[in-house]
Amino acid sequence: MKNEAYVFLFVGIFFGLAGLVYWLWSHEDAGSVMLLGTFLLGCVPGSYYLWWSRRMPKRPEDNPDATLEDGAGVVGAFPGSSIWPFVLGLGATFVAAALVFGAWTLGVGLFLAVSALVGVVYESRRGGLV
Amino acid sequence: MTVLAERPVSFAEAPEPHHEHGPSGFLKWVTSTDHKVIGKNYTVTAVIFFLLAGAMAMLIRAQLANPDSTLLSQHTYNEMFTMHGSLMIYLFVGPVAFGGLANYIVPLQIGAPDMAFPRLNALSYWLYLGGGLLMMTGFLTTGSAADFGWVAYAPLSNSINTPGAGPDLWIVALILTGFSAIFTGVNLVSTIYYLRAPGMTMFRMPIFTWNMLVTGILILIAFPVFTSALVFLWCDRHLGAHIFEVQGGGVPVLWQDLFWFFGHPEVYILALPFFGIVTDVIAVFSRKPIFGYRGMVFATISIAALSTSVWAHHMFTTGVVLLPFFSLMSYLIAVPTGIKFFNWIGTMWRGSVKFDTPMLFCIGFLGTFLVGGVSGILLASPPIDFATHDTYFVVAHFHSVVMALVMGAFAGFFYWYPKMTGRMLREGLGKATFWLMFIGTNVTFDPQYLLGLKGMPRRIAEYAASDGYTTLNRISSVGAAIIFISVAIFVVNVVVSWWNPIPAGDNPWDAATLEWATTSPPPHHNFLKIPPIRSRRPVWDYNHPEDRILDHAHKPRLGELVAAGGGTAVLLDEIGFDGEDGAGSREPDR
Amino acid sequence: MGTRGVGRLRRNAQFLLLSALALGLGGCSLPTFGGFRGATTQGQTEFKLWSWMTIAGAVVAVIVWGLILWAIIAYRRRDPEKMPKQFQSNLPVEVIYTVIPLIIVGFIFFYTVGAENKIDALAPNPPVRIRVTGFQWGWSFSYTNAAGKQIALVETAQPRPPLLAASPLSSEYPRFVLPLGETTQITLVSNDVVHTFYVPAFNFGRQALPGVTNVFDFTPVKTGVYAGHCATYCGLYHSEMLFSVAVVGPSAFHKWLNAESAELAAS
Repeated sequence: MKNEAYVFLFVGIFFGLAGLVYWLWSHEDAGSVMLLGTFLLGCVPGSYYLWWSRRMPKRPEDNPDATLEDGAGVVGAFPGSSIWPFVLGLGATFVAAALVFGAWTLGVGLFLAVSALVGVVYESRRGGLV
Repeated sequence: MTVLAERPVSFAEAPEPHHEHGPSGFLKWVTSTDHKVIGKNYTVTAVIFFLLAGAMAMLIRAQLANPDSTLLSQHTYNEMFTMHGSLMIYLFVGPVAFGGLANYIVPLQIGAPDMAFPRLNALSYWLYLGGGLLMMTGFLTTGSAADFGWVAYAPLSNSINTPGAGPDLWIVALILTGFSAIFTGVNLVSTIYYLRAPGMTMFRMPIFTWNMLVTGILILIAFPVFTSALVFLWCDRHLGAHIFEVQGGGVPVLWQDLFWFFGHPEVYILALPFFGIVTDVIAVFSRKPIFGYRGMVFATISIAALSTSVWAHHMFTTGVVLLPFFSLMSYLIAVPTGIKFFNWIGTMWRGSVKFDTPMLFCIGFLGTFLVGGVSGILLASPPIDFATHDTYFVVAHFHSVVMALVMGAFAGFFYWYPKMTGRMLREGLGKATFWLMFIGTNVTFDPQYLLGLKGMPRRIAEYAASDGYTTLNRISSVGAAIIFISVAIFVVNVVVSWWNPIPAGDNPWDAATLEWATTSPPPHHNFLKIPPIRSRRPVWDYNHPEDRILDHAHKPRLGELVAAGGGTAVLLDEIGFDGEDGAGSREPDR
Repeated sequence: MGTRGVGRLRRNAQFLLLSALALGLGGCSLPTFGGFRGATTQGQTEFKLWSWMTIAGAVVAVIVWGLILWAIIAYRRRDPEKMPKQFQSNLPVEVIYTVIPLIIVGFIFFYTVGAENKIDALAPNPPVRIRVTGFQWGWSFSYTNAAGKQIALVETAQPRPPLLAASPLSSEYPRFVLPLGETTQITLVSNDVVHTFYVPAFNFGRQALPGVTNVFDFTPVKTGVYAGHCATYCGLYHSEMLFSVAVVGPSAFHKWLNAESAELAAS
């Protein structure tokens, strides 16, 4: 997990330096804030991964000599078939259209979106098709 | 992150054979969360937007072929270049790369059964489709589609200067597609970090996968800024906010600042996937490993980091940005890009280069991107930018770069089409597509560099005969027609490959990376068996054991290979896969 | 790539660089590559930088294209059975092609900063001052004295001239005049949206940006009449926002300015 952490930390450290140089040189607010945000975007996940990488056992994908048996068993849950992404996408599109054309599509959109969010939560709990 | 404890559904407990009871037909397609189906959806949708945007480009070039042209009204012309740019950038190049090709190929390259969040992946596609359709709906409104350029500068984009539903549809469409991209970015990073097969360490991943990881991170950096800026714009237009308007205490140039903080990483989000494709393809068709792999990884991450620090080079002429900081950062991008170029050349060096269509497109990419890159260095100099900003010089620069990326996309299409469909595309038609596209690109855009130097501004609907722009414009328009023909030939190629298929087999290119270990197209959950992963080229190692490079410092002897194979005997002359019934399988059910 | 290859590469690069330098220094007239030599001192500074950077870019492009062409010609597949040597790294070469571009970047950054400081420099007491306003879809050029009082005015005729697709040099569009050899300071503002005040022959453009006042100098060195455009998309008639600049001798300029001044006083 170390290399994964380093990728994000590189981003964080780079933008820490770049942001610092930019702020001291230009005193321009908008750019400095955006660079600060990017610094955090790198450092927060990066330090989380680094902290975990020191505590977790070596995973098979980090072991150059690993065999397939090392990774045998359940890989994860991959819901194979679900109507809810489509419904949520449709609902979001209707809500977006409501911002342009007026409130009549908002009702349809919100109904679809909320149904989808509820549906997806239930689907996750009972386990959908894999 | 105690992974095992959190897995809620065990495959061993799942009902089987589950997909025989699943939906079929249209319902199966609409409910699919399979990354391969979603990848194909994205690719087909993106190519349709490409064809629509290409048609708009033909209209633009038809208008500009003559001075005092009245082919299109001013208003229609302004819509054309706005929607051409918007469709190409927001709805084609990005989505085909991170939604289409990456979705399909990344899980295969790392030995994963799917993306980390399949339903989120599907949602990304539906949001993209919905947003794209909403944007096109602008053409059906009274005031017609958005016409403020793909960059929508404030205050031009406010409700006084550009009223109407078309611009509003553009804004909300991009909010939807923005979220779509952000979700894909999350999926890419998570998948690459957590779903690699045993032995697939970070530094054994194909460069395409590395580039998609970095692209995913860039998406997370850039798109939220754009989405926020769009929300601000909508508030200015409809809620009486004055964020980008002077009256009310706003700052118009803030729009440019926010937009380009997104806009510059965005063009690298567009570019990095195709850099990755070109890297993998050149190695295969040179029959050598990638030269300077670690340098490539370092260069990709450096390009991404630098690209987020250069945004105000699009604002040199505003007079309010720190010129030396942004020009230095922009120049510095040439260094990692140069590393990549030399590594691509190093991969071919003393290799055995075969000019199949994917490789031809890679070489076209190299030649064209070089021109675009050098012109980019020129533009990175503020004094030169003062003279050329918002002229056809810039148009030529970014089209050189973008057409190079399109050639990279075609390299990817030709390379992976057999894997995705089980059929080969026709080589003769492919070569014709390449040559016409390469020649067409140069005939269209090289004259535009000269037009910019002559002083022709961009986004003008017409020019006078006495301006002296006519000849160069006419040559450019001929070039556009050549590109049109090359794309038409490609479409014919695809159609022919369906009506009269040539079966592809698992590995028609004798390629090296993991996606070529499985069938064409891959089965449900991708792999029935996986070769041992001991280097960056697991399939090559299996097919060419005498030419493998084991990157692990400890080079195992035969006896250790046998032991590492566990219950499955690994013989020198027949290094076999683990069987699907064994404990070594990653997919217990079928 | 062996050390012989590296040596060959370096020698070729040196040869090309030296020939380019000889070309440049030997002939005092650099090729324009299609650009303008610059009718102002600022424009000429830009042109010099542009020429040198284009030459450097061309040299780099020729070298890299050369390497690509060499690779695809010399190493094309002749024997399908023969497997090439599977090397994947050469640290000295990789270091070289990281360090050399960094050095080149250092040089061009140094020359760029020098040029941009010269171009953006403002004279403390410019003899001529013009307040330029961009608006949808025309320009106004207001000559002011040091105290800011308007002396003369040239502007796009209102109502806006009909769509002509005429040359910017045509009399339908405003033409303002500058004195040869003297520094004019321009203050650029916008009344509505973003426009760009762009004079190709001066190798210069600057945004007219609402909320921002941009100031820059022109010191013309060549007489003539030069086209001007709006270069940033500003709405429906963006292509019609044309103007021209005439550079004349100082006495001719003052005659013109007095005539305009009288006309303004009379109206």
